[in-house]
Amino acid sequence: MREVAIVSFAQAPNARRELRNEVEILMPVVQEAVARSGIERPFDFTCSGSSDFLQGQPFAFVMALDAAGAWPPIPESHVEMDGAWALYEAWVKIQTGQAETALVYAFGKSSPGDLPEVLATQLDPYVLAPLWPDAVSLAALQARAYLEKSGHSERDLAEVAARSRRSAKSNPNATVSGDYEVEKLLATPHIADPLRVHDCAPVCDGAVAMVLVAGDRARKVCERPAWIRGIDHRIEPHSLGARDLTVSVSTRLAAEKAGVGRGAVDVAELHAPFTHQELILRDALGLGANVKVNPSGGALCANPMMAAGLARIGEAASRIWDGSARRAVAHATSGPCLQQNLVCVLEGA
Amino acid sequence: MAERCAIVGIGQTHHTARRDDVSIAGLLREAALRALDDAGLDWPDVDAVVIGKAPDMFEGVMMPELYLADALGAVGKPMLRVHTAGSVGGSTAIVAASLIQAGIHERVLTVAFEKQSESNAMWALTVKTPLQAAVVAGAGGYFAPLVRGYMQRSGAPEDTGIRVAVKDRANALKNPYAHIRDPNLTFDAIAGSPMLWDPIRFHETCPSSDGACAMVLTSERAIPRPKLAPAWVHSMAMRSEPTQFAGQEKINPVSGQMCAKEVYSKAGITDPRREIDAAEIYVPFSWFEPMWMENLGFAEVGQGWKMTYEGATALDGDLPVNCSGGVLSSNPIGASGMLRFAEAAMQVRGQAGEHQVDGAKIALGHAYGGGSQFFSMWIVGSARP
Amino acid sequence: MADEAKPVTNIKTPMRLEYRYSAGVATSRFLRGIGQGKILGQRCPSCRKVYVPPRGSCPRCAVPTVEEVELSDEGTITTFAIVRVPSENIDVPLPFASVHVLLDGCDIPFFSVVQECPVDQIRIGMRVQAVWVPKEELTSTLQSIRYFKPTGEPDVPFEKLKEFL
Repeated sequence: MREVAIVSFAQAPNARRELRNEVEILMPVVQEAVARSGIERPFDFTCSGSSDFLQGQPFAFVMALDAAGAWPPIPESHVEMDGAWALYEAWVKIQTGQAETALVYAFGKSSPGDLPEVLATQLDPYVLAPLWPDAVSLAALQARAYLEKSGHSERDLAEVAARSRRSAKSNPNATVSGDYEVEKLLATPHIADPLRVHDCAPVCDGAVAMVLVAGDRARKVCERPAWIRGIDHRIEPHSLGARDLTVSVSTRLAAEKAGVGRGAVDVAELHAPFTHQELILRDALGLGANVKVNPSGGALCANPMMAAGLARIGEAASRIWDGSARRAVAHATSGPCLQQNLVCVLEGA
Repeated sequence: MAERCAIVGIGQTHHTARRDDVSIAGLLREAALRALDDAGLDWPDVDAVVIGKAPDMFEGVMMPELYLADALGAVGKPMLRVHTAGSVGGSTAIVAASLIQAGIHERVLTVAFEKQSESNAMWALTVKTPLQAAVVAGAGGYFAPLVRGYMQRSGAPEDTGIRVAVKDRANALKNPYAHIRDPNLTFDAIAGSPMLWDPIRFHETCPSSDGACAMVLTSERAIPRPKLAPAWVHSMAMRSEPTQFAGQEKINPVSGQMCAKEVYSKAGITDPRREIDAAEIYVPFSWFEPMWMENLGFAEVGQGWKMTYEGATALDGDLPVNCSGGVLSSNPIGASGMLRFAEAAMQVRGQAGEHQVDGAKIALGHAYGGGSQFFSMWIVGSARP
Repeated sequence: MADEAKPVTNIKTPMRLEYRYSAGVATSRFLRGIGQGKILGQRCPSCRKVYVPPRGSCPRCAVPTVEEVELSDEGTITTFAIVRVPSENIDVPLPFASVHVLLDGCDIPFFSVVQECPVDQIRIGMRVQAVWVPKEELTSTLQSIRYFKPTGEPDVPFEKLKEFL
């Protein structure tokens, strides 16, 4: 495989409700990522991720193109998925030899709608969606099954939340951050038993952008490029009844293909919008207790839909650039209860 | 550096206004099974699935690939979902072919669909928000002013659009999968059909269809023992530009011109009109045939209508265009672009039945979307590139 | 056929999702202007072109736009279609002229409708002016501009409009 590195990353503030339109949110983010990359436009390839249902307007990505810099016309594509898969498509394009540089971005404006309800439209349209099971309730089913099977407790979940929020104190773009006592978190009411507010990602609007560059060109523009040493993604059955919700088979498979186990992992950025999912993902990725998980605070502290997975890759790359990790794992998820998962291994050398 | 990519299986559904007899998943499986059967492969042989469709609001299912994973045999495999507006069927095939060219997979199934009967496409295209005045009536309302601009600029005879429709509707009679197969659609019937978005008449407009298209793409070493020789991807290109900006050329978009130039040059084509044996072009309103003939470099600017007029684009012309009946005859939106790509491949495989162009060796598949701003194209050939 | 033997071919599952849209910063300023009977565009700092409605950026140059320009409510039809097919979301009676109007001082056509003119007399190059709702009914929505109507001025030659197609 051709050597490809992430050389820059930028993100919006992840506000709970953005009054700016998607172009106004995205443009400064794209400009920052481009400026930091040291690569001049035009990029050989551009790819983005977003979903119309979030903002309730068809072709949301079309207007967003205004922010990308598409004149003169550019080779460009879009996935109706998290931007992590847009990065995958860009990586594939570079592997074909038809591109050396790529701009990848993603955005999501969840605040206009009722996100847990909007996500119910992801379900089987004939037998599940008509019942409108919201995303938090489905996650609670998974959490209950996981706690019963693993022997973990709601306290363990609260500890994940407290640690994430503490880590997010150093992340200026976090929606939620701060010092929280586990006892106090546990004293709050359930919103969907066994989940409490702190177990669920906050709803926010956001955007992220990054630049990928191949081989020696990456070495020229970046002191310590974050090399993509492995990347893979897998999907599971849609029906929750057809899966063992207490494990993430697709994450484990993607991790094997991406070569997570080929070396020690210093940092992992996991796209776990619910606390129990972080524990499931740690198991699936085989991460030991010494791995620093979600130093950014993770999706539990900032979860811009369709951008949070890509943000995990950007945060992991940032740990390579700042030298705090030699080898990092980033993960992105899509669909109800971790149905689809992507794993990316980054290395500093 | 890139691996060669072969198209070894092609399948499509019978396109029609309503497929009440199948679910969304059932519709896709129909196309996918035909493609697998054509390839002589089975579900387990597939390494990855790439799926495309136009806006999710057309069916009211957000990111339907999640629900479709099981039906498309994608469980445990990589699955990607592409959406580039109307060009998506073409872009989806390009993403799938890229996976082969990159050497990542050996066999990729790619599927595109729309089941417009599950929701209301006009509604989905004209969502009324309080922030903008709803004055553009769906795609027809958007494109009709561009057609008028072309008519005025080129001075094309007013019946050019009717002639395109006559040709495509006659071609559709030779395509068993086409949605509109009506032998009564003569010149007079089309000319006499009501103006919907003046200057666009009812019979110069594409239908709303339920339908799907699928292809199986493989690397050279993974070509299955063929029932039929594969088509080869000779080149692919995509170009996008913003929706609207000052000084933008909307009738002959620069993105389309650049995309065409790139796809020809990568395939070593210097004289497209002479070297290309058949073209499947995304023509949702009849007047887009002459417009795209110019945009694609088959005719000088302002002269595209002459190709239609002189019969050059007819099945027996020097550049047969839309021998399948095209988008005018079948329009499952998300699949329409992939149908263009697939029909081009069918021509070079000699697989097009009654609408086959004799001896076609090189064909162009073309799709566009948004406000004439997203383009995807490929050149396929019977010879290994 | 007994009921239980009949296939289920169709189920209706009504969907309802509510969204609270936000116009964005630039469009909000534009809509507030409309509420005062003014059409506000924005000029690109790079190519100097004027956009309306403004979206806070120039798609051509991919830079933010800030400078505000008040535009005339008169302009020229650059192209049009006569809509004769009903669309659920459009309240204008059929047939109507859906037009691109190039407002004076602006570089990009504005989508609207023309009325007070038989549809067969609408033409490219025709001069038109916005017809607003009465002052006391002005609100910050595009419904404040009811439609455009002909001014009766001489047509602008097609040559001058070519680049706006």
